[in-house]
Amino acid sequence: MIPARVLAGRAGLIGPAIAIIGVFMLLPLGLMAYVSILERGEYGGVVWDQHTAEAYFAFLFERNLDGSVEVNTDYLQIYARSFWLSTTTTAIALLIGFPTALYMALQGPRMRALLVFLVTVPFWTNLLVRNYAWILLLRNNGLVEVVLRWMGITDQPIDVLYTPFAIGVGLTYSFLPFMVLPIYASLEKLDLRLVEAAYDLGANRLQALRRIVIPLALPGIVAGSVLVFVPCLGAYVTPELLGGSKSLMIGNLIQNQFGAARNWPFGSALAFVLLALVLVAMIAYALRFRRAPGT
Amino acid sequence: MARPNRNPLWRFPGIAPAAAALFAYMYVPIIILIAFSFNENRIATIWTSFSTQWYGVVLANDDIIRAARNSIVIATSAMLIATVAATFAAIGMTRHRFRGQDGVNALIALPLVVPEIVTAVATLLFFVLIGLKLGILTVIIAHTVFCIPFAYLPIRARLEGMDPALEHAAADLYAPPWQTFRRVTLPLLWPGILSGAVLAFIISLDDFVITYFVAGAGATTLPVYIFGMIRIGVTPEVNAISALMLVVSIVFVSLSFLIGRVRRG
Repeated sequence: MIPARVLAGRAGLIGPAIAIIGVFMLLPLGLMAYVSILERGEYGGVVWDQHTAEAYFAFLFERNLDGSVEVNTDYLQIYARSFWLSTTTTAIALLIGFPTALYMALQGPRMRALLVFLVTVPFWTNLLVRNYAWILLLRNNGLVEVVLRWMGITDQPIDVLYTPFAIGVGLTYSFLPFMVLPIYASLEKLDLRLVEAAYDLGANRLQALRRIVIPLALPGIVAGSVLVFVPCLGAYVTPELLGGSKSLMIGNLIQNQFGAARNWPFGSALAFVLLALVLVAMIAYALRFRRAPGT
Repeated sequence: MARPNRNPLWRFPGIAPAAAALFAYMYVPIIILIAFSFNENRIATIWTSFSTQWYGVVLANDDIIRAARNSIVIATSAMLIATVAATFAAIGMTRHRFRGQDGVNALIALPLVVPEIVTAVATLLFFVLIGLKLGILTVIIAHTVFCIPFAYLPIRARLEGMDPALEHAAADLYAPPWQTFRRVTLPLLWPGILSGAVLAFIISLDDFVITYFVAGAGATTLPVYIFGMIRIGVTPEVNAISALMLVVSIVFVSLSFLIGRVRRG
């Protein structure tokens, strides 16, 4: 039996953090879910006692002036684009991130610490500023174009900025550390004698990589993929700065409902759908991969 | 485990170039941005000569100075509250196992999991509903929330690496709990707390999305101001202020990293 004094002490210790996050995050998230089923106010805002599923309805359908209902895929397309961009970004991050993590894991301890530090630093620098740097590089007459011209590859304007490609470059750049670090963490623990044993048994490098290294690094690969995919899906800054008006992502759509469109219930519904998608991804990950090692 | 990294068997061809490409990808844009901030020419892509004039222009801009002051006030307040709350929570969570611990862990990690844009929208709705006027205070509250997990993780890690025998020894020597905490736990925990505080400070200083939503007219922070500048166009002033922000963040992370490496005990 734990004495009441100890229990009270523990509640006092954990209490403030729980209260802050509970009141100023969990409660607002609940409120947001509630606002999504409210009627939109005439001049923005909401009508607090009018419940309606209109916001979710508007996600898929649109009412014409004569009252008929039509399927509207505009919003679905934005969600689809966000999914597609996030998936591509995750795949590319994995493609560059995995070899890098392997390279890091094979270095000596001092070099490893330095490389981990170098991978971590960009994460802590301002996301806005880092994405802005890509405007300098990608815009017409920007550095990339100047270099391509100098190399004689093109003499046309590259017209890359404000395209989905630019968003992909920016997203990969923004979240690459999240891919490298978890993979590195699982490779660092890898017993290299297993790879040696594979060679002894006649495996070539590719086989050793495919049959030994990658399976053992799988928890890191999955964690890294989730950590890249999730923030990509909710990205706001990158598509805002590097994407054009034709390549909106979910984040911009949500912001727009609270800015120019002044449709809070719809914005809340969009945000709630995004939150639900993210939570499903996280829970699936937790159930599948957070069990004790070896299961 | 020793790493026989000179063993030719561990050589996977192609991984060194891939790593080189990744580090180039990560750092070239940062270096280019900093280099261009010293460009004398107004047209940012044509290099004419080295100059620090744009830093002068930036530092003479009252709006930027005001935004910087807001950023520092907000980051300092959020850091202090979040670090205290996170330190208490980490101590409460590490001492014993208890029912509901996973739930508490999940709640503390919540700000890391929920997409920023969702948090921003939800927080904005909340402040509007309770009738709190958007301003410095609302930004501090919103920042405190997401600073807590960033402060919590290094403190928790430090606590978990601490030998419980030390606290037991203090108790055996008749130190009351408070004294044990002050004379034994706190000095050992100090590097973790500092490193958590520094991380909370940078994460608050750098935040844009949440601030953009919950800052009223009077609470413009540096990132929000920079965003407004970028919207207007690429200018040498943006380069200079952006380079400054990058350097400040890099200095702080390095600091946190060095503090975190202080040997235990």
